[in-house]
Amino acid sequence: MTDEKHRESEEEPIPAWQLFYDNIFLLFFFGIAIPTLVYTVWGLMEIVQIPQLPIAP
Amino acid sequence: MAAEDYRICSFTGLKIHKPTEDLIKWNTVTAILFLALGGLMGFLIALTRWPSVHYLSLQNYYRYLTLHGIDALLLWIIFFEIGLVYFTSAVLLNTRTVIPWAGWTGYALMLVGAVFVNFVVFAGKADVMFTSYVPLQADAVYYLGIIIFAVGALTCYGHFFANIIQAKRDGAYKHSLPLGSFGLAAACIIAVLTLAHGAVIMIPVFFWSMGLIHYIDPGTYRLIFWGLGHPSQQINVCAMVSVWYMISAFTVGGKPVNEKLSRTAFVLYIFFINVASEHHLLVDPIFSNWHKIINTSYMMHLAVFASMVHAFAVPASVEVALRNQGYTRGLFEWLKKAPWSNPAFSAMALSMVLFGFLGGITGVIFGTEQYNIIRHNTFAIPGHFHGTVVGGTTLAFMGFTYLLIPYIFRRELVMQGMAKWQPYVYGIGVAILSISMMSAGSFGVPRRHYDITFSGAPFSFTFDPAIDMFMSMVGIGGILAAIGGVMFILVAMGSIMYGKRLAS
Amino acid sequence: MAIKEPERIWWKPYTRDEKIWVAVSLLWMFTSFVFMPVYHFAGSQNPPYETYRVSPEEFDKLVEAMIEKYKVGEENGMPVVHPDPDEPVFIRASMWQWYPVVELEKGKTYKIHLSSMDIQHGFSILPINMNFMVLPNYDYVLTLTPTTEGEYYIVCNEFCGMGHHMMVGKLYVK
Repeated sequence: MTDEKHRESEEEPIPAWQLFYDNIFLLFFFGIAIPTLVYTVWGLMEIVQIPQLPIAP
Repeated sequence: MAAEDYRICSFTGLKIHKPTEDLIKWNTVTAILFLALGGLMGFLIALTRWPSVHYLSLQNYYRYLTLHGIDALLLWIIFFEIGLVYFTSAVLLNTRTVIPWAGWTGYALMLVGAVFVNFVVFAGKADVMFTSYVPLQADAVYYLGIIIFAVGALTCYGHFFANIIQAKRDGAYKHSLPLGSFGLAAACIIAVLTLAHGAVIMIPVFFWSMGLIHYIDPGTYRLIFWGLGHPSQQINVCAMVSVWYMISAFTVGGKPVNEKLSRTAFVLYIFFINVASEHHLLVDPIFSNWHKIINTSYMMHLAVFASMVHAFAVPASVEVALRNQGYTRGLFEWLKKAPWSNPAFSAMALSMVLFGFLGGITGVIFGTEQYNIIRHNTFAIPGHFHGTVVGGTTLAFMGFTYLLIPYIFRRELVMQGMAKWQPYVYGIGVAILSISMMSAGSFGVPRRHYDITFSGAPFSFTFDPAIDMFMSMVGIGGILAAIGGVMFILVAMGSIMYGKRLAS
Repeated sequence: MAIKEPERIWWKPYTRDEKIWVAVSLLWMFTSFVFMPVYHFAGSQNPPYETYRVSPEEFDKLVEAMIEKYKVGEENGMPVVHPDPDEPVFIRASMWQWYPVVELEKGKTYKIHLSSMDIQHGFSILPINMNFMVLPNYDYVLTLTPTTEGEYYIVCNEFCGMGHHMMVGKLYVK
């Protein structure tokens, strides 16, 4: 990359996706929320919904 | 911060802060010592599963198997990763560790927890395996040790975030973390999720073991425990991939071919890899098929895609770097001229092959809802994770140790001839071990089983005679891996203690 | 470099070989992704998901009632039962026993209830190698149709204490 081009690129705005990837704490939020909801909370909901064995004496 | 606290590394030009250096040193040495202990246990276990040797007694087999899981899977890997936390959040950014005393507190807690757990298992009060499924009960000290260790580990993983916030304020980086640090950021995010699950389940179990709580639901325990147990392996995956990129950069000057591609792969790990915990629950009662299908297939395969990306990007970074060095003849001159006698490089290359072909692919297959019926709890499962965690993570970390010794310990490697061969011996041993475990498992040989001739049982089942060969190969692979392990310990500890001092 | 901060803007289009690799990988992953749900509806062997809560005492009573009604003999001190295909079959896991021995008829569909009296066990039918978890306080119902006559063994494959390796049961298909 030449110096001239380099200076030009300083003016360019940073793409939104790059800003998202650089935001570690936003990634942190999704990284905790997704598995907690999809795996843990959903799993716990299924555990509490299990019925009693109907033919139990 | 006084300028004299820093030195400039003569190999890498990185600015290294003295307290950071001490933290990395202590965590790495502790890790290597636990690897030695865990490896010894693994060696004895492999000899026991070799039918014609059947070395350990019944009680010691299960006791050492519990310890093998704790020392080799948990302690060696996490202590080493804490070293990586400081390396990537301070050394790579040419900045400092913000709160060294928190680092030392975390280290002390981890060590105390580790000693508690080792002690109580050796004393015979916690023959419960790594998973400690309730209502199988261990002594309260066991759970206490795990909790103390986890609190310490959380302190250290959390330190990563403190360091990068401060580094940005100090102007150590402007917008984006280096890729090596970004990978460790993914690892630390997953670590927080993992340790939170650990707290949710281990604290009640601790009270239960003291008699304060009367009942822990075994289904809930399995769900939450695997929210701890499986993602803790995903911490290793992120740290290992990040180590691959760093070794490529340090040894051949490799540069990620496309930052966007590599970072996207890490982001997919952060979001989707953790639901793979479900793999342990596929043939459990309780969970609906949709819970099983969504968690193992839909989400998981996005994470598998991420691994495919790394499998492309890391070798590509090596190829581009070597081609730039002039190895451009034909398609494969670069591969032939790669530094195969540099143990850091060869460890990385072998780690990628073993992780991908032995660990990764089998993991995806065994994690299929239907296929899991014929693999769950068979010997094939340890075969799979010896491919990922031993062939992959452990070998990559061994390779990185060969870089830490000059960069951080400032010592020259001793016994370089042996070091050159170490990754190959270890890698081939682990490959034999892993393949033969998976082969035996496909005949239904159970894991965690003392005697597959079932002596003393009311009915006796005889396996297909083909397993004799596979089970013997487990012993042979174990011996070869143990030789490779001893070579590593000799070179690493020898260099750290007696290596020629290097001027900084 | 992976060890240095990248250039200011690194969000750039993929090159041609990157695009090919990404496309091939995504296609492969998509194939794997659809396999499980498709097989779940089209396939003949899926993990069962019928499950209930049951206390060890209740389950034990069900096992004993079945033995009383359908006992046809004894083998190695353990009762052998031959239940009607319409009736539920109960197999009890405990340290270190699969109880009782069951005879099934080929081609008939059974509901096999599994539960544990004490700790977790692993239900592994050999030599066909099918594996399921058995938990205390949970009843796991396998709906299965035996298709091959013969003697089968039930081995425990979840660690359950020092007698774990002696926990072997038996199953006949006649």
